[in-house]
Amino acid sequence: MKVGIPSEISANELRVAATPKTVKRLQKQGFDVYVQHNAGIKANFSDKEFEDAGAKLVHTAEEIYGKCDIVLKVKEPSIEEVSMMKEGLVMLSYLWPAQNKDLLQKLADKKVNAIAMDAIPRISRAQKMDVLSSMANIAGYRSVIEGSYHFGRFLNGQITAAGKVEPAKVLVIGAGVAGLAAIGAANSLGAIVRAFDTRKEVAEQIESMGAQFLTVEIEEDGATASGYSKEMSKEFIEAEMALFKAQAAEVDIIITTAQIPGREAPKLILDDHVAVMKPGSVIVDLAASTGGNCVLTKNGEVYTTPNGVTIVGKLNQLPSQASQLYGNNLCHLLDDMGKAEKFKIDMEDAVVSRAMVTYNGKINWPPQPLPVSPAKPKVAATVVTEDPKVVAERKNKKETTSMFVRLGVIGLMLLLLGKFAPSEFMQHFTVFVLSVFIGWQVIWNVSHSLHTPLMAVTNAISGIIIVGGLLQTTDDLSSPMTILAFVAILVASINIVGGFFVTHRMLKMFKK
Amino acid sequence: MIVKEIQIAAYLFSSILFILSLGGLSSQESAKRGVFYGIIGMIIAVLATVLGQGVQGHVYIIAAIAVASVIGTLLARKVEMTSMPQLVAILHSFVGLAAVLVGFGSYLDPKTHALGSTEHTIHLVEVFIGVFIGAITFTGSIIAWGKLEGKIRSKPLLYPGRHAVNIVMLLACIVLGVMFTREHGTDGMMYLYIMTAIACFIGVMLVMAIGGADMPVVVSMLNSYSGWAASAAGFMLGNDLLIVTGALVGSSGAILSIIMCEAMNRSFISVILGGFGESSSTGEAQAMEGEVTAMNHEEVADLLKEAKSVVIVPGYGMAVAKAQYPIFEMVQVLRKAGKKVRFAIHPVAGRLPGHMNVLLAEANVPYDIVLEMDEINEDLPETDVVMVIGANDVVNPGAQDDPSSPIYGMPVIEAWKAEKVIVMKRSMSVGYAGVENPLFYKPNTEMLYGDAKVSVEKILSFLKA
Repeated sequence: MKVGIPSEISANELRVAATPKTVKRLQKQGFDVYVQHNAGIKANFSDKEFEDAGAKLVHTAEEIYGKCDIVLKVKEPSIEEVSMMKEGLVMLSYLWPAQNKDLLQKLADKKVNAIAMDAIPRISRAQKMDVLSSMANIAGYRSVIEGSYHFGRFLNGQITAAGKVEPAKVLVIGAGVAGLAAIGAANSLGAIVRAFDTRKEVAEQIESMGAQFLTVEIEEDGATASGYSKEMSKEFIEAEMALFKAQAAEVDIIITTAQIPGREAPKLILDDHVAVMKPGSVIVDLAASTGGNCVLTKNGEVYTTPNGVTIVGKLNQLPSQASQLYGNNLCHLLDDMGKAEKFKIDMEDAVVSRAMVTYNGKINWPPQPLPVSPAKPKVAATVVTEDPKVVAERKNKKETTSMFVRLGVIGLMLLLLGKFAPSEFMQHFTVFVLSVFIGWQVIWNVSHSLHTPLMAVTNAISGIIIVGGLLQTTDDLSSPMTILAFVAILVASINIVGGFFVTHRMLKMFKK
Repeated sequence: MIVKEIQIAAYLFSSILFILSLGGLSSQESAKRGVFYGIIGMIIAVLATVLGQGVQGHVYIIAAIAVASVIGTLLARKVEMTSMPQLVAILHSFVGLAAVLVGFGSYLDPKTHALGSTEHTIHLVEVFIGVFIGAITFTGSIIAWGKLEGKIRSKPLLYPGRHAVNIVMLLACIVLGVMFTREHGTDGMMYLYIMTAIACFIGVMLVMAIGGADMPVVVSMLNSYSGWAASAAGFMLGNDLLIVTGALVGSSGAILSIIMCEAMNRSFISVILGGFGESSSTGEAQAMEGEVTAMNHEEVADLLKEAKSVVIVPGYGMAVAKAQYPIFEMVQVLRKAGKKVRFAIHPVAGRLPGHMNVLLAEANVPYDIVLEMDEINEDLPETDVVMVIGANDVVNPGAQDDPSSPIYGMPVIEAWKAEKVIVMKRSMSVGYAGVENPLFYKPNTEMLYGDAKVSVEKILSFLKA
């Protein structure tokens, strides 16, 4: 089977759908690879590199679209490109099917089987082919780099001979893949990172990347079954706006990543937010291409507002990195579709059937919804309806009562014991009980990894029973008591010496 | 010769040192200091006792300690880190034996016969309990040692009505105890003998009934018993130092047992009563779906070369094969190649709490790349390759999704969530818990059969090539 990679015709598309590395992979999967002349030039891959990797060079796009069975592309094809395509061609590229109804119709008319890489369902199995994630990852990283470039200071805090530098504060709005990548990058550059998302479930992910999770005090979860966030209620949005306003005055860089599929990006940063920002602050708007999260964003432009805030509406795509990841995503999809030998369009397959937006001359869009977020068990819902405070109180009450009962029983038993036992015994008993408590407190602090040494050391210490033997020895070796004591001392000492020695040996091995 | 008050002060001092010693184990840095405290405490305790009033037979004492020190040093020096559980078990039995001997000695001691009647009865009860616990610890530890050493079948020995038999034996001991306390002088010796024999038998049966997978619990439980035995000896001798130290050790062992049980999601009682490995529900376990696929060493090496992040899950099989050295060498090679390599340790991996940490430390693995189950589980979905080396039950997905599995509910390392899982194992046989492992049948799992050490060495040679 022949796989073709045409040059991208759009001037601002720097990526290419294959790199020398993925060309090698494609050949391993059994495909013959054809690459158009200068296809990779904007992503820093020369024709020679492709040839060295085993691809055959082709001079025109017509040859690619006319001869190959599968075409790998980045941007959705133009009208001219569609006209070059042969019937039955399998085409993999971005398509944005929700916005490009006409294009779908043209592809269907041509009987092109088009897979929209942006329509790959976001389920676990398909993660390896999820171009939105892999590209978002790059965008998130780059947003921090560019934000930092336009920001006139260090991101990390430093105390130097020349004075103290405060760390920069970065606010990331939207903790999807791009947001999390941005958090990670900003955090590793040393900035103080805060992040906001309407979905409560991502709080943990945000914190795991090293940012502080900001939230509004209104109970509403923006998570939906599709894994994207939904639009929120009016009250929620008002609270959110107030939060952003307070943050805008404080932070140095704002990175916005909020996008809703098939719709204009939500407006999150308004005029009055920008107005309170400090001069020199930066807004990086990753949603610029879908209208921007900031009302002042100009798509494809970087400019500074009159009050000194730089708004970045254009990001370098890191074309070679992006091409590599995009190419890998494509390889994974082809791998899943049976490689060259058993290549098959399986409309039963959950991934292929949803991403295949035109098939056999028909439009196959929109697909069946497919939930990805793990369904929460019903039980949780019923618990939530009950006021947690009441539950906690009831539980607390119950525990208090049972504690009183228990304490009462223990007290009674001690009282009985005190009535009959001699005072000497009571003294020893006091010592015993207190020691148990001390032991209990001390041992819980022992680190998990030191449990074996702990056991060896307690083992050695329990050799203290030697004291019993020592007290019983007499000068008369023939008395049975002395013999017993002698043996007791012997075994207990083995225990002490062996136990301490072996603990020491073990601990010597632990090193950082 | 030192006066009693000074002796008490010395005892107090060594008690403090013992507490500090255990407290020191809260972190690796302070642990060495902890051992030092323990040693000083012990020396002070022994000196204070020997130099105290009324101690005779110094020659014998010195002789016994000298001989024992040589034996102890040899034992500790010779022992392999992999057979640490056995050493610990056998040392427990020594404490148990010493407790029995001290108990008998105390009973024979003419000084105690002069006590008042209530005091005398209490003393007899203390002797009786001390010997009872000591005897159980003694024989139980020997059986545990035998099982760990492989001299005794690790399968639980179960017979019908064993709970009833145990209860009858326990009741017999209580009856014997009542009769024992009524006798004067040393007339009750016979009762003490019979009870000791029964207690020894209980100790044997108790551990025989416990399956190999539960050995970490058993060893920590015996650790606890040896402490209580020492404490009981303290009561009969009226010695606070023994009481304190015994109580510390006793509660330490008890906590370890609880931690181990929690790690296996089982109640302490059911482990003690035994019979887990033979659980009847294995018959209805989910049928295994899928195919088991195997890889060779070269393929595994290639997979590792491709991988960005690798997590190694070691288990008892690594200990048996002593594979920790080549494993660390492999880790170094991979780390040098810029890969993220970490270890994931399940709390009950191995046969002793913290067993894997000790082995890895022996091979100089830095402990900051050795992570606990909870720390690593969330990273596993982003991990390229998980290598399971000689572990089985601790990576069993059945614990999460198969309610019929005997280990259902036990927290496990979610190895199957990684891109690729390599399971290094000698054969397809079941793990210590006797449960089939669906992990082997998963499509992203590859088996690599053979001795862990040999296999790792082969992979290493391909990696270096």
